[in-house]
Amino acid sequence: MSVRQNLLAAIVAAMVAVAASPASSQVLRYANQGELKSLDPYTLKETTTIAHHAHVYEGLVGRDKDLKIVPALAESWETLDPTHWRFHLRKGVKFHNGDPFTADDVLFSADRVRANGSNFLSNVPGDAKFVKVDDYTVDVMLSAPNPILISQWDGWYIMDKKWSEEHDSIAPTPASATTPSYAALHENGTGPFIIESHQPGVKTVFKVNPNWWGKPEHNLKEIIFTPIASDATRVAALLSGEVDVIEPVPIQDIQRVNASGVATVMNGPELRTIFLGMDQARDELLYSNVKGKNPFKDIRVREAFYKAIDVDLIKNRVMRGLSTPSALMIAPQLFALSKDFTRPKADIDGAKKLMAEAGYADGFEVTMDCPNDRYVNDAAICQAVVGMLARIGVKVDLLAQPKAQYFGKVLKPGGYKTSFYLLGWTPASQDSHNVLHDILGCRDDPKDPTRGEANLAGYCNKELDALADKILVESDTAKRDQMIKQAFEIAIKDWAYIPLHQQALSWGVSKKVKLTQRADNQVLLYWATKQEE
Amino acid sequence: MLAFTLRRMIQAIGVMLAVGIIAFAMFRFAGDPVNQMVSIDTSAAERAAIRKSLGLDDPIIVEFAHYFANAAQFKFGVSYQFRLPVADLLKERMPATLELATCATILAMVFGILMGVYSALRRDTLLAKAFQAISLIGISLPTFLIGILLIYLFSVTLGWLPSFGRGEVVKIGWWSTGLLTLSGLKALIMPSITLGLFQMTLIMRLVRAEMLEVLRTDYIRFARARGLTTRAIHFGHALKNTLVPVITVTGLQFGSVIAFAIITETVFQWPGMGLLFVQAVQNVDIPIMAAYLLMVSLIFVTINLVVDILYTVVDPRLRATISRPA
Repeated sequence: MSVRQNLLAAIVAAMVAVAASPASSQVLRYANQGELKSLDPYTLKETTTIAHHAHVYEGLVGRDKDLKIVPALAESWETLDPTHWRFHLRKGVKFHNGDPFTADDVLFSADRVRANGSNFLSNVPGDAKFVKVDDYTVDVMLSAPNPILISQWDGWYIMDKKWSEEHDSIAPTPASATTPSYAALHENGTGPFIIESHQPGVKTVFKVNPNWWGKPEHNLKEIIFTPIASDATRVAALLSGEVDVIEPVPIQDIQRVNASGVATVMNGPELRTIFLGMDQARDELLYSNVKGKNPFKDIRVREAFYKAIDVDLIKNRVMRGLSTPSALMIAPQLFALSKDFTRPKADIDGAKKLMAEAGYADGFEVTMDCPNDRYVNDAAICQAVVGMLARIGVKVDLLAQPKAQYFGKVLKPGGYKTSFYLLGWTPASQDSHNVLHDILGCRDDPKDPTRGEANLAGYCNKELDALADKILVESDTAKRDQMIKQAFEIAIKDWAYIPLHQQALSWGVSKKVKLTQRADNQVLLYWATKQEE
Repeated sequence: MLAFTLRRMIQAIGVMLAVGIIAFAMFRFAGDPVNQMVSIDTSAAERAAIRKSLGLDDPIIVEFAHYFANAAQFKFGVSYQFRLPVADLLKERMPATLELATCATILAMVFGILMGVYSALRRDTLLAKAFQAISLIGISLPTFLIGILLIYLFSVTLGWLPSFGRGEVVKIGWWSTGLLTLSGLKALIMPSITLGLFQMTLIMRLVRAEMLEVLRTDYIRFARARGLTTRAIHFGHALKNTLVPVITVTGLQFGSVIAFAIITETVFQWPGMGLLFVQAVQNVDIPIMAAYLLMVSLIFVTINLVVDILYTVVDPRLRATISRPA
């Protein structure tokens, strides 16, 4: 062989070797549709971001694999009286830069999370006073009892006071920042992983934290995160073995992934409830051919709409079986008594009769607003709804639009400009009160201006509001659950909203990886084990 | 020459201002950026405060004047989604796009000219017909489809090439290059082909058509009559004279290659400026969109200028016209 041939052979051999070399066994590669935009844990309250931060930051309390609240940086807590909580902090915990974790950091984080520019204002009540008792004990004083205080703390992570002050990051990086903040590009948490490098929107590398206080439940030394926005590319990357975990797998690709032999799809019900809303507030609908009155103010029309929509058909045809039809505006995992409710079956004849009684025997026209890039198959669901309502004579003009335009139009800042719409909601506190207050509460309550802000339909029942206020401060769980049940019953009796389903989680996981799937769709890789090769 | 260049530069500023005005008018329809920056349960009061601090409530004229005053000093603001200066983000992403665009263009030129010359000189051979067929595919198949087909063939089925990303990169100063590592080079292959295929077919067809045209002209016949070698006639005279339109097209296309790398970058998750722009559009990240559009228009006017100057190098007749305008 000549020198040139030798060289060529060597190059080919090297290329083959590189192509065939397996990924190092304890490095987990993960790709998500969304990206990790800011490392500042108070900038954006959004599932993917919170889940990423959870690898490096921790809160006082955490949630286990079944979403039950468990101790994290607080070892234990007690309520001395309904407005006075005491937290005992874990000792010997160190931030990634070596600073010790103490009560001062809790007080600092409580101020920072409630400062201007934080997106987590609703997670920690503004009137709660945090008091340092000693270095490892913190008291929280409330102005009114709040039984769900610690469930609201989801996603509120503790930051290092000294580090934040040193790096001029005392205030959260506001959305309108003009200079980049140090905390947006660097992290210093107490969590099981340390971010080694972060290139926003390109790649983030997490290294295991050898000094973590807990006992690791994973066998990873490194996590490499890459956002891959294109569905086809993300699935291809999983199938070719270049990544180990992807979220989400598009519904139409699930079968292919399962058939590939290299990866499987993990499905499970998600906490988000998808529902339809009908504008009941205006005297005349913005987008309809009915003038001078609002058909949705007539309870019979709302009932007819409800009964015309066949959620089982949506589940089988649009969602390919991957949804759980819902009777309530909250996921069953989040409310103990949800099994007491069943969803009325679709009933076209009944619906037609109701429409005739209401004086709309020939139906009417209405425009439906629908996002087309926010929820699983959102536009397809709306399309199905259009067909179903046509059967009772309602001509729906579908306006499916990207989320940027959609939310700009239908939310409060856009003036609730919609007559009929589809929306999804996960209660941030994972508690029914959030739904009763934000979606089912009356708008324009002078005493509580944030009540009903997500109530785009403008539904209002003072009785329900009164119950919601009692539910907020009731500490007896059994009594509280009964009141929640009562409140939901009122909303159902009023045909306030049309709940459709909880969509399914859809994670693509390599056969080499074992993972725990949590219903809040947070991909938490500190519970992942990857098979050694 | 100097007057010519100056005149062109003034025109360029006009073009960029126009692009800026059109872009700003369109941002009004892109949606509300605040929705993309906060969670859905954020209160209306908070949202209003953010809108105000971003200056979104100012009249469009004020917003525009403010933006251009800053842009003239190379201050492009801070990205809404990343909370980082746009200039830094673009600087970080630029090497990826430029390397991809350059590779794709070189690929397109080399293969395009070779195939074009061949199919002009040996019009009736089987290979020439095969080239014509390939060029049809290249012109008619959409870019994203070619990309996905390549991924399924070479990544999923054969496992030879990476399906996404840039591979390992090496930093040289602020420039990050994938040209120096094996994984970087491998990652470059499929995106370059995807991005360059259209230009390649374009160049091939252009060269073929021009070449056939030139071969019919009188001076080629004279050259033959003088007994010059076929090689000298084809490559010294015919090919050289077909190159003027090829340079124009390639030059202008280089701008499009950069600007339209958007699709290729999305398919291959190539961390370049195009991908940044697509993400910015989805998230109504106005500072990034504005800066990107301005930059693309700057690239186009610069390329136009360079192409005009190159003409005079290739075709000496133009030099006389430029220095003594009629």
